[in-house]
Amino acid sequence: MAGGTVSGSTASSTYREARGWLLLPAWSVLLFFSLAPVIMMLIYSFLTKEHRGGVIWEFSLSAYDQFFLDRGLFGDEPPRIQWTYIAIFWRSIWQAGAATLMSLVVGFPTAYFIATRPATARPLWVFLITIPYWVNLLIRTVSMKFLLREQGPLNDFLQWTGAIDSPLQIVNTNLAVQIGLFYSYLPFMVLPIYAAVERYDFALSEAAADLYASKWTTLRRILLPAVKPGVIAGCILVFVPSLGSFLAPDLLGGARNFMIGSLIEEQFKGNAGNWPFGAAASMILLTLVLLLLLVFARQQARAERRS
Amino acid sequence: MKNTFARLAATTALALVATAAAAEEKVVVFHFFEYMPQELIDKFTAETGIEIVMDTYDSNEAMLATLKAGGMGTYDVSVPADYMVKIMAGEGMLDEIKEGELANKGNIEQKWLDVAFDAGRKYSIPYQWGSTSFAVNRDVYQGDIATTDILFDSPAELAGKVNMLDTQGEVMAMAAIHMGIEQCSTDRDQLKALNDMLQAAKSNWVSFNSDTAKEVLVSGDAAAGMIWNGFNAKARAEGANTEYAYPKQGYIVWMDNMVLLQDAPNRANALKLMDFLLEPENVAILTNWTQYSAGIEGVTPLLDEELRTLPEANPPADAGPGIFIEACDAETQAVYDRIWTALKQ
Repeated sequence: MAGGTVSGSTASSTYREARGWLLLPAWSVLLFFSLAPVIMMLIYSFLTKEHRGGVIWEFSLSAYDQFFLDRGLFGDEPPRIQWTYIAIFWRSIWQAGAATLMSLVVGFPTAYFIATRPATARPLWVFLITIPYWVNLLIRTVSMKFLLREQGPLNDFLQWTGAIDSPLQIVNTNLAVQIGLFYSYLPFMVLPIYAAVERYDFALSEAAADLYASKWTTLRRILLPAVKPGVIAGCILVFVPSLGSFLAPDLLGGARNFMIGSLIEEQFKGNAGNWPFGAAASMILLTLVLLLLLVFARQQARAERRS
Repeated sequence: MKNTFARLAATTALALVATAAAAEEKVVVFHFFEYMPQELIDKFTAETGIEIVMDTYDSNEAMLATLKAGGMGTYDVSVPADYMVKIMAGEGMLDEIKEGELANKGNIEQKWLDVAFDAGRKYSIPYQWGSTSFAVNRDVYQGDIATTDILFDSPAELAGKVNMLDTQGEVMAMAAIHMGIEQCSTDRDQLKALNDMLQAAKSNWVSFNSDTAKEVLVSGDAAAGMIWNGFNAKARAEGANTEYAYPKQGYIVWMDNMVLLQDAPNRANALKLMDFLLEPENVAILTNWTQYSAGIEGVTPLLDEELRTLPEANPPADAGPGIFIEACDAETQAVYDRIWTALKQ
């Protein structure tokens, strides 16, 4: 604008020079919202805890020591392996895994159904899937509790049909947590799979059928490999937030047992007030998730090289 | 181009006007959830022209964490419980209210004026006080409930149907009362016994819920549960046949207090709000709604008849002592954390 002469070649070189600056917003978002908090967490996890929240700026390994080593109730016994936190992590992984599996079993057929509707009808179906998610997660989770409880509509209905004699105890069990997580994150499974199936060329399925492949074989050997990236993306998008969630475990599971999310929450919002330990637990969780993503990414790369 | 600038200038002017409007008189309150009726908020604004901006928290510890993590200078006042007033004053987070700054300070009841957690009321004014113990659904259990055995050694009818508050401080204090040991005891045998007792009691507990402590009793998800006295009055009003217990071993007494925070951006308005909350007329509106008790002179005659005779607010003669929660030192707190984590593992 201020440069005056504007010809094709100078314009593009101007653009190239300015490119660094034009990326500034993207870089600052990455820096301030992704990198900076993680680095802060990393630093805090190696600091000394201050009583009732806060940190003292002295290097300490005690947060990681607390996570991995059990020194007894009074902290002065010879160290043994600490199973408490590993058990809490394992429980969370198991719950998140079950929720992911449920989402996949329900989400895949749903996505397939939407993708096979006429092109004009598809946006409506996607819209219908997303409508419930305009409502706050807390409200949806509480509503789920109302549906599932002993005197709730689900049990009333099942008893009315005669399927069960006495109400099912679902609320305050692990199953309730899994249902809650499944419901919270289902669209994250449906939408990536839908995107993948929509791009899939159904002529391939027809070709397979012409070559006497059964429907099951077509699904397994043709469709699934083609939409695999969508399935993996969906699984990651459901599994990762489920792992750190504390709303569903607290409200539906009754908070009898810590999950990773509530364990970390207790360190900041609870009596423990142990920020370095909360940060260390978060770092360990982050490392686990990154490892998981790395394994997926490498597998993906290998699969691509093969084909 | 000129047009663009004109538009830009107009937008900027609009934005400035908007900020000016927003910067009109206000007071920023950091408050417990569901703890101030809309009627009272509106009355304050109508009388003073000061708008109340409110953020809420769900535990004293959560409030402390938020303030420590950079919340200071944002809020004018908050409403910590007794032990938390002491902690915050010790951390230098409270601003002293000088003599004469509150016109209505004389309205504070004598017994709440010189309290252990804030001698001479330098930093705080009473907001509400009450007790924490537990309530039992009388349709499910008809036996004696004036004992902490209900929670920690539950009768068969209540086994597996007890809800506990999801706050370490309240559960541990209640457990200490049950065992007849001192809070924050450093005696190793007592701490081990406390740990063993809680581990054994857990099998009778169905959930740990604080936010929904009332709701689980009303819905029947729990047949007994730890609860604040005013919340049980509300549960009964919602149709639950629950009775609040004053156990003979003792129960928790608490007082929530409004404090003036250090670096309050609207200090003068905050003092006006505090004066407002020392007027018997206003405190009566608050107390009739919370169904707890006020620490202010002249409120009782203004209370609803029903509240004056409320079983929750009037301990029976044979009730045990009311005990304030103590904040443990760092070493004992570390042991408490291990007990709590093991309990919820």
